[in-house]
Amino acid sequence: MRAGLLKDGKVAFGLGVIALMLVAALAAPWLAPHDPLEQDLLNAFQAPLWKGGDASHALGTDSLGRDILSRLVYGARPALIVAFVAALCAGLLGTALGLAAGYFGGRVDAAISRLVDIWMSFPSVLLCIVLAAVLGAGLHTVVIAIIVIDWTRFCRVVRAETLVQKSRDYVASAVTIGLTPGRIVAAEILPNVAPLLLTLFTLEMGIAIVIEAILSFVGLSVASGAPTWGGMIQEGRLYVNQAWWLMALPMACIILAVLGLNGLGDGLRERLDPVKAR
Amino acid sequence: MSALLEIDGLEVRLDGGARLLRGVSLAVEAGRVVGLVGESGAGKTMVSRAVLGILPGNAHITGGAIRFDGRDITRLPEVGRRHLLGREIAFIPQNPMTALNPVARIGPQVTDVLRLHLGMDRTAANVRALQLLRDVHLRDPERVLRAFPHELSGGQRQRVLIAIAFACRPRLVIADEPTTALDVTVQKQILRLIRELQAGSGTAILFITHDLGVVAKLCEHVVVMHGGRVLESAPAAALFGRPAHEYTRALLAATPRFDRPGDLLRPVPADLAARLEAEVRRLDGDSPDAVA
Repeated sequence: MRAGLLKDGKVAFGLGVIALMLVAALAAPWLAPHDPLEQDLLNAFQAPLWKGGDASHALGTDSLGRDILSRLVYGARPALIVAFVAALCAGLLGTALGLAAGYFGGRVDAAISRLVDIWMSFPSVLLCIVLAAVLGAGLHTVVIAIIVIDWTRFCRVVRAETLVQKSRDYVASAVTIGLTPGRIVAAEILPNVAPLLLTLFTLEMGIAIVIEAILSFVGLSVASGAPTWGGMIQEGRLYVNQAWWLMALPMACIILAVLGLNGLGDGLRERLDPVKAR
Repeated sequence: MSALLEIDGLEVRLDGGARLLRGVSLAVEAGRVVGLVGESGAGKTMVSRAVLGILPGNAHITGGAIRFDGRDITRLPEVGRRHLLGREIAFIPQNPMTALNPVARIGPQVTDVLRLHLGMDRTAANVRALQLLRDVHLRDPERVLRAFPHELSGGQRQRVLIAIAFACRPRLVIADEPTTALDVTVQKQILRLIRELQAGSGTAILFITHDLGVVAKLCEHVVVMHGGRVLESAPAAALFGRPAHEYTRALLAATPRFDRPGDLLRPVPADLAARLEAEVRRLDGDSPDAVA
């Protein structure tokens, strides 16, 4: 089973991308050739290597002479933190409510499901901007915004899956030996929903990276200057005619990360779905 | 003396008002084995589900009482019911392939009920679980405890479920067609096992089946259901010797017998089936709040 998982191209690719990001984020101080914040105005707009640039700035420098490669490496940090923390918290909140709605049904379900419906009818971008206005810009704002927007995604899927699991015989068996509802949900249903959660979680990480990039782009993420992929796109946008790579390189990072995470989610879904796996 | 389980005029309806059970009454004396027979859709399973409190979400008890040991368990609060289930009333489900949690090992699934109701610690429960698995004649019980459900055969899983049902020495076991999903040779072994455990523990059993052969071998008393009501209730000997109801006679005639060569499968006669249907409709029509 485990060996089979790694043989799946999408899963292997996704895990590879995540590993790459993890290494970049954890070992950034050793991997990055320069301080990502160090400005060198005399060496601004240096061309990358393939355009005949200097080896000390392999991917060139930006308008303030900061090393692009170093900024990309350091940019993996906020991306990973946001992706992981936001997806985890949104997952916990959505899963808890989804399990409750699916298992208890009736009024609990009606209340939670209506809340989700109303929630999803709010325009999410507006919600982010309002949140940023209240909380101020920063990484925590991005994380909170993603949780606030995307818990509904987990909630709806988990609710539906809980309904399916609840109708299975093993849940009826658990009731007939006198287990409490809390125990049944936590020990019987949750483990059976777990494969689905894993898939949702990886997909959500990809979504979170995109949202983080969007919020950085509009300046609602970490303080400007600090290296984030979204922020780099925003800065590079001004010079796209002179140095297109300033914008293209962070974009490529985002695309690669999201592609990897989506591939992983997709591969896991196919692999962990007992019907498809056979 | 009142019976251990007394079902009195039990009525179950769907949300829309359609009736699934139309005043079912039956009794199971302590230590006795009662068979509940009827064709598919007769409401046998609904009776068991009503007693166990696992009716489907859209079905509700709308009348009658289910008394266990003299107490009406339909009016019991959730907590009281949980004390009863698994401890005093246990269940052997129909399909062993789906009745065990697929992602949990057998061990915890057996010990859960011991730790919950008998307050055993992990070690004591494990020791007891091994004994229980030996009692249901599972070979290599240590391995079974560590196994996942998909690593066991249907017969092995049903043995595990029977071990769970008898774990706390309940006073009543409800067995809902426990052999239907198994192949014939395994069926026989499972029936022998249930009879053996019953004889050893003195547990009363409500045995739900559509197999009259099984009833003849296992049960002392038989209740015949059709269309959500009880047509006949009699001691097994009397029922098989002199069936009182026309439908019971038709059911008995429908069982092919190997000692009558060339015997054909004789279905319940169409006119009888139609008459029973009409009776049910008339019953429902008589009641003021019947389905429109």
